[in-house]
Amino acid sequence: MTRPSRQILPQDALDDTDRAILNALQDGFPLTPCPYDDAAEPLGIAGSELISRLTRMRQIGAITRFGPFFDAAAMGGAFCLCAMAVPEDRFDEVLAQVNAHPEVAHNYERTHALNMWFVLATDRPEGIERTAKTIEKETGLKVMLFPKLEEYFIGFRVQA
Amino acid sequence: MTAPLDPIDRRIVKATQAGLPLTPAPYAAVAEALALTEAEVIARLASMQDRGIVRRIAVAPNHYALGMIANGMSVWDVTDDRISELGAQVGALPFVTHCYQRPRALPGWPYNLFAMLHGESRTEVEAKRDEVAALLGTACRSHDILYSTRILKKTGLRLRDE
Repeated sequence: MTRPSRQILPQDALDDTDRAILNALQDGFPLTPCPYDDAAEPLGIAGSELISRLTRMRQIGAITRFGPFFDAAAMGGAFCLCAMAVPEDRFDEVLAQVNAHPEVAHNYERTHALNMWFVLATDRPEGIERTAKTIEKETGLKVMLFPKLEEYFIGFRVQA
Repeated sequence: MTAPLDPIDRRIVKATQAGLPLTPAPYAAVAEALALTEAEVIARLASMQDRGIVRRIAVAPNHYALGMIANGMSVWDVTDDRISELGAQVGALPFVTHCYQRPRALPGWPYNLFAMLHGESRTEVEAKRDEVAALLGTACRSHDILYSTRILKKTGLRLRDE
């Protein structure tokens, strides 16, 4: 199970170049033999510096991931946001049951009667329904499915 | 629907889904591990990008570590005849990250528009919520905001072993 650090970094953990890297690398990383060199050029740094800054940002937890983002639906599979209302006294037990499924890509505790929100990602469309049903059987709790009908935007900017 | 992954595509997905190597020639490193050529790895990733299988090759910032400690999933009950037009406007707001139309789950869940709001505090998130509310106006019948109190898991997509 992966539990990313919820440690907040000190304000000076990232400098302006780090922030410029975070904004610049949100899309379009080159598919070229030396992509770090090519991506570094417009930032005014060397490829080796880009690599060392990304390595450091990953080590300190400023970034969770760097690499290709795959669309499960385009691979013939699916993503689906799901929610469950988990009784407080069973939370840890149910969490272990839910997170044990590799199809659970993200899982968040939220302030609502529906207090556990997770994303199922499967490489076969029938995997969503199958995994949700399995979780219902294991936990005895209803899994509500909220598939996306339309997507309006995905992005994030850090203050440069 | 696009063609499913062939076995070589699938091996490339599996080799890179945890991240791209932070080495000067990352595609050559992936190729070496899979006994492919660098050119083939690059060509296949480009093809997967064209087919929409690779959405982007990018960095995922850790909002929380960067001080965006308040993460509110705002949910809105928007009249069906205006959801597409207004959803696009909400999605275009600079402080909204993920924005989707999803089905209602009546009777308990009347909300059909989900917009993720990030801020340094709940006060900041709620000021952003107010901007969304002003934009939606009378087309919105009710709304709620669900804060995340814990990340319970975050691994991204993982292909199962065949």
